Formats: sequence, C-alpha cells, structure tokens
Amino acid sequence: MSPTTTKEISIGDVAAREAAGINQMDGEDRMALNVGPSHPTTHGVLRLILELNGDLIEKCEPVLGYLHRGDEKIAENMTYNQFVPYTDRLDYLSPLANNVAYAISVEKLTGLELPERCQAIRVLVCELARISSHLLGMGVFGMDAGAWTPFMYTFTEREKLYTLFEELTGARFTTSYTRIGGVARDIPEGWLDRVSKFCDELPFATDEVEKLLTRNRIFLDRTEGIGQITKEDALAYGLTGPNLRASGIDLDLRKDKPYSGYEKYDFDVPIGTRGDCYDRYLVRIEEVRQSIRIIKQVIADFPSGAWYAEDAKKIFAPPKEKILSSMEELIQNFMIVTEGPQIPSGEVYFEAENPKGALGFYIVSKGGGVPYRMKIRAPSFCNLSILEKLVPGHQLSDITVILGSLDFVMGECDR
Amino acid sequence: MIDQDFIDELLVKHEYLSLVSHEDCLTLSCNRDHWLNFASYLSLEETFDLLVDLTAIDHGEDAEVRFSVVCHYYSRVHHDYIRVHVECASNENPEILSISSVYPSADWHERETFDMFGIRFTNHPNMKRILMWDEYPYFPLRKEFPLAGIDTPLPAPDVVEVTDASVEPAPMMGGPFVSSGSGPMSDSEPRAKDESWTEKSEKPV
Amino acid sequence: MIANEVAYNGKVEGDVIVTKADAVINWIRKHSVWPMPMGLACCAIELMASAASRYDISRFGMEVMRFSPRQSDCMIVAGTVTYKMAEVVRRIYDQMGDPKWVVAMGACASTGGMYRSYAVMQGVDNIVPVDVYVSGCPPRPEALLDAMMKLQDKIGKESSVKALTKSASAVSS
Ligand code: SF4
Repeated sequence: MSPTTTKEISIGDVAAREAAGINQMDGEDRMALNVGPSHPTTHGVLRLILELNGDLIEKCEPVLGYLHRGDEKIAENMTYNQFVPYTDRLDYLSPLANNVAYAISVEKLTGLELPERCQAIRVLVCELARISSHLLGMGVFGMDAGAWTPFMYTFTEREKLYTLFEELTGARFTTSYTRIGGVARDIPEGWLDRVSKFCDELPFATDEVEKLLTRNRIFLDRTEGIGQITKEDALAYGLTGPNLRASGIDLDLRKDKPYSGYEKYDFDVPIGTRGDCYDRYLVRIEEVRQSIRIIKQVIADFPSGAWYAEDAKKIFAPPKEKILSSMEELIQNFMIVTEGPQIPSGEVYFEAENPKGALGFYIVSKGGGVPYRMKIRAPSFCNLSILEKLVPGHQLSDITVILGSLDFVMGECDR
Repeated sequence: MIDQDFIDELLVKHEYLSLVSHEDCLTLSCNRDHWLNFASYLSLEETFDLLVDLTAIDHGEDAEVRFSVVCHYYSRVHHDYIRVHVECASNENPEILSISSVYPSADWHERETFDMFGIRFTNHPNMKRILMWDEYPYFPLRKEFPLAGIDTPLPAPDVVEVTDASVEPAPMMGGPFVSSGSGPMSDSEPRAKDESWTEKSEKPV
Repeated sequence: MIANEVAYNGKVEGDVIVTKADAVINWIRKHSVWPMPMGLACCAIELMASAASRYDISRFGMEVMRFSPRQSDCMIVAGTVTYKMAEVVRRIYDQMGDPKWVVAMGACASTGGMYRSYAVMQGVDNIVPVDVYVSGCPPRPEALLDAMMKLQDKIGKESSVKALTKSASAVSS
C-alpha cells in the first residue's frame, strides 16, 4: 500500500513510520500499523509497531519505556524505608504484594527473622492483593474481548477490597504498608472478621463472572487457541506467574521456595494444558479461589504476639505510642528516619510470587541506610518480551485479547 | 537447594569459575571469555532453564573494573538460584558477549542494561535502547549521572516548536531527605542525596 | 448565575424560550463532556474506578470514555507523564477537536509528584494547557468527580459565542 495509508492510520508519529518503513514495503501489500502508546486496551502505555499482510500480523515490534520513571536510580538516592511508596507504584494493581516482596528482600540481606504474626499479616495482605489484581485482570480481559459487564462485577468486589485496604493502611491502593522489619501498623480491631466476610461473599461474584465468560460462545471463540505459548517458549522467554503456569509448568515460588511462612498453608497450584488465552484466564480464576483458601487458613489460625521485629533496634522504628513516651525509642526512631535502617553490606536476590509473576529485587548494599544498587526484576517486563514471538501469525483483532490475557502492568514493566 | 557437592563439581569442571560466596544463593564469578559457554552449559547440561534476571553494577568511576554484569539463573530441580558475576572489558566502552542466543529472555534484559549503563552486548540481534528514546545521550544508571537528569532536547522537534518544552533537570530540594550520618551536625543534616540543583548550587542550564 | 440560566415561564412565553446563546451552548457542553482517558499510570486505576460501579461517573454525563481523541472533549491526564510520553500526549491533544479541556489528575500529572527524576516531565502543563488540577496520589474518585464538577462550572462561564465567531473569522480571513 502507498505510504499515505500508513500515515493516516498511525497516530502521526514520524518515528513509527520510519521504523516500519525500514523493514517492510518489500511486498506491495504490506502495511505498517502503529498501535499505542495510547490505545483502548487498558493495560497501559505499551506501543506495538506491526507489519500487516491484510489482517494477518507478520511482524511485531514492541516499544516500551513510555512509563520509565527511573525507579532504580531513585532507589539509590534514598533510604530503604523511603523507597516503600515507590514499590506501590510498580505493579499498581497489587501494591501490598510489592511492599511485602521488597521488605522481605531487604530483611533477607540483614538476616532478620520476623515474628509469626507479622508473617501471617503479610501472607494475608499478599493474597488479598492477588485477589484484587486477578479481579481486575479478569474484568479488563473480558472488556478486551468485548464484554463490559464482568468488569462492573469485578470492580464492585474490588471496591470492597479497597475499603478493607483503606481500613488497614489508610489508602485505597497506594498502601505503603510494610517497613523493613515489620509492617506499618497492626491490623485494626474486627478487621479479620470483615476480611472473612468478604471471602465468604467473593465466590458468588467469581461464579457470576464465570457464568458470563467461561462458557460464553463468543468469549471462547475469541480466546481458545489464541496466543498459544508452548512450555519451552514460556521458559525460554522467562515467563513467570499465571502466564507460565497456564503453559503447564507448575512453578510457583510460594510452593517451590516458600517465604513468609507460606509452607504452613495448604493450597493447590492450578496449571493450564494448552497455554492459550483461555487457559490463562482459567488459571487466574482458580488462583482467586486458592487465595480465598489461604486467607481462610490464615485467619483460622491467626498468631498473636508481636507484629514487628522487636529486637531489630537499628532497623525498625517502634510504634508511635512508644516513640512519644520514651527517650530511647525517640532516638531510635530519629536515627532510622534520618539515616535509614542500618543494613549490612552484601548482595541479595529475592523473588516473590506476585500476581503478575515473580517480582525480584536484587540489592547491593555497601552498608548504611541507602542501597548502592537496586535492580527490580519486573515480571511484566519479562512476560512482554515474548510478544515479538507470540503475536505474528495472529489477526489484528487478536491483539487486544492477547495483551489482555498476558495481564501486564506498564508501571512495573518500565519502572 | 544447591549443596556443596554440586558446587565442588561445578568448580572442578569449569576452572574459569571462582566461588564468591554462598549466602543467599550460590554466587560465582566467571571469566568473561567463557561466560557464554557457561550459560549454555547451565541451560543445556544443567537444569537452570530460567534466566530470571540480568543486570549490571557500576562500581564507580575510580574502580579498577568499573562495570560488571550480574545474572541470576533459576533451576526448577534444585529450587535455587545461581548468581554469576562477569567483569566487562574496558571502562570507557564496556563490552561483553550477549547470551541471548542461549536464553531468549536475555534479549530485553541486555537492551535494558545497555540503555541504563551503556554496556554493549556483542552479537546481540538488536542492540538499541529500550526504555529511553533512541537519541538520548546519557546512561542514567551510571554513578556520575545525577538523578535529576541533564538538559536535553525533547525527541520531537514539532512538539518542541509549539510548546517550547525540553528535558530539564528535576528540582531536588524537596526530595526525600537522607542524612549522611557522620560529621558535624551542619553537614549530616538530612538533605537530598542528589545535589545537582539545591539552594547551594544553581539550577544547571 | 441567574443570567446564565434558562428562564422559562410557560404561562407567559408559551413554547418560546428566551435565553442567551452562551447559556444554551454551555449548558449543552457541560452536560455531555466526553472524556479522553489518558491513562498513563496508577491514577488510571482510580479513573477506572470512578467509571465503575460505586462512583459511576455517568451521573455527570461523562461515562462515554472515548479512546479516540477525535470524539472527545476533555483529556483526563491520569498518571506520570514521562519525557518519552510527552510528545504523544501533545499529539493527542492536538488531534482533539475544539473546544477542549484538560484535567491533570494526580500529583504526577500536575507537578511530577514523587517522581523527581531524569525521565519524568515535571507537570503536564509544560506541554498542554491545564484547566483543572487534582491533588492526591492518587486522587480518590470523589476528588476526580469534584474536579469534573469544577470543570463543568468553568465551562458554564465561558463566552462560547465569542470564541465561535473569533475562530470563524480566523478561518475565513
Ligand atoms: S500521582 Fe501517584 S498514583 Fe497518580 S500516577 Fe503519580 S504516582 Fe501514580
């Protein structure tokens, strides 16, 4: 097609046309199409430069970085606790899980053991975060395939979760709940009851979503057999989380390398058989059910006792009441706030099983309160790297479905 | 978990490896000429089929070897990671072999490392920036680069024409404060770590 | 306010309504703002929440989120504007038809927020004119709704006819 056509369909981006112009136009019927960075699939500012042959995609080049905010550089410029709010904004669909993953990484570097109650709280919030992320994932996946109603149902449930989060942390989703060596505050009174009430009601909502989607002819036609990822590809491209498991590999760090006391709880790891978009959706639905199972076990046997590492005097600032009533604690708090928690030198790599996949932190410390280097291994970044391989051979309309099923978040992908 | 026998065997088989530590996970340092071999060994003959992470560290401008690449492999059989450090040749134009032919997932990680540190991965199929735009002149994660950034033109000239916008250093004086923790009170007072634009030093132009 | 309202008394005027053209135009405009959700980062989630079941932005005639700039009147910039993205934001803004408004949702879009770094533009007002700023990180959906009501007030006070004739003469000359 003539270059004029290309010009009209792209959003007027010179670079896109040039980039596409270099590696196409050999066959007369090829067309370059620029999708994004602002586009109707709601996952964020990802841009794809596609080479089309009619409706068929022949080549796909993802362009990232539209949300690169410099998190890793920022981390080198502040104390460990000051970085906690930035972890919220990595995968902003499950901030609590990011908080926990980050805190555990730094604690691993110090060799700190946390009391049981703190670990239980962390498991609890992680699973709530997983539910909230998967609910959104399912909702917008439906939306990407053309179904609006499931989105409304899942958002109703998410709002209930937000109310719970707000009660616990004071914010709807920028929670900043963990501190190195503990959590920001103990759980409020009666909160556990409300969580278990939520967990009792949630299955009705997921069932409702399933009724709308799981056996829906249109949904099946749009997702079954689309975007198939083989086991080998999934591993080669470093996929993790539900996307990897949907391809039939049972890697779940909660089971394989348990942290924060996950080994105490009984749950199943759902895996898919074909690795297509439909399987990825099914895996997420089932993970929500398993999360409910875990939460129920945590609540049934909720440990009492301290909710932060009491003997870590150089790492965790004591609760406010103590700071305001005792000199020693006041100084301790002052030191931790101004100089940061004192972390020994060394390096550590820790990955947690987040809703999107394995979120890893690689921290190099030279001692003191500020990390020397922090690398964030973002699951979405790795999950997206398969696009180049996955998308060609599909039709243009499958793109939204494939992107929806991979369930990525650009905040964490670009950092 | 990786046990001592495994480590011993590994070290005997590959004399270009040396053990750095075994704390949170097995940490090895690898000779840069062999690191591609070692990667393919891990993936083909061992069970480390997941390259989870690849990045680099800048040891500072004065360091003898300034850049080293670090990567983490995961094995689903051992349920454990291996960390490999490799030193890059040349401090000015750091370079190292790409392992993306063995682990396709390394492709984007290597591009990111190039983008942030300017480490070139030879034999990489598509060695260009991934996060910043192509014309961006600096490597942001190098230690001498200020967090606030450096004045640069925006990549789109037509937008610049109507808006007169450009990449400007971000103001740092309100930023998160950190105390150095030593010296007299007036020096150790908490302040932003990046001092490229504060009350004392003028806004860079 | 009175001057802007449509005064109608059935007994006196019959089927005739007498009002200012501005009042009618603005009344129509402000009750059918079609937002262009420029969802860039975390704030976009709150934007979605305000469109979803609990907050229901359609009460204000704004549920028609259009991802095509050609069909929308108000760009809600929800999220961190990086330098790489700035160009795109401006281009999309240019593609929107007049009259158009911009709401900067959240600390990042307003000032760069907590991201003082080399990659982040310190406020979207560097590239597009902003009508309403919303504070918060992220602003709650209530705050966004409030901002949208403020925008409605602002639209209600515009001299639309003057702007219309001005742009018409600009085109003809
Ligand atoms: S203002 Fe806060 S919530 Fe909104 S985009 Fe910025 S960091 Fe995210």
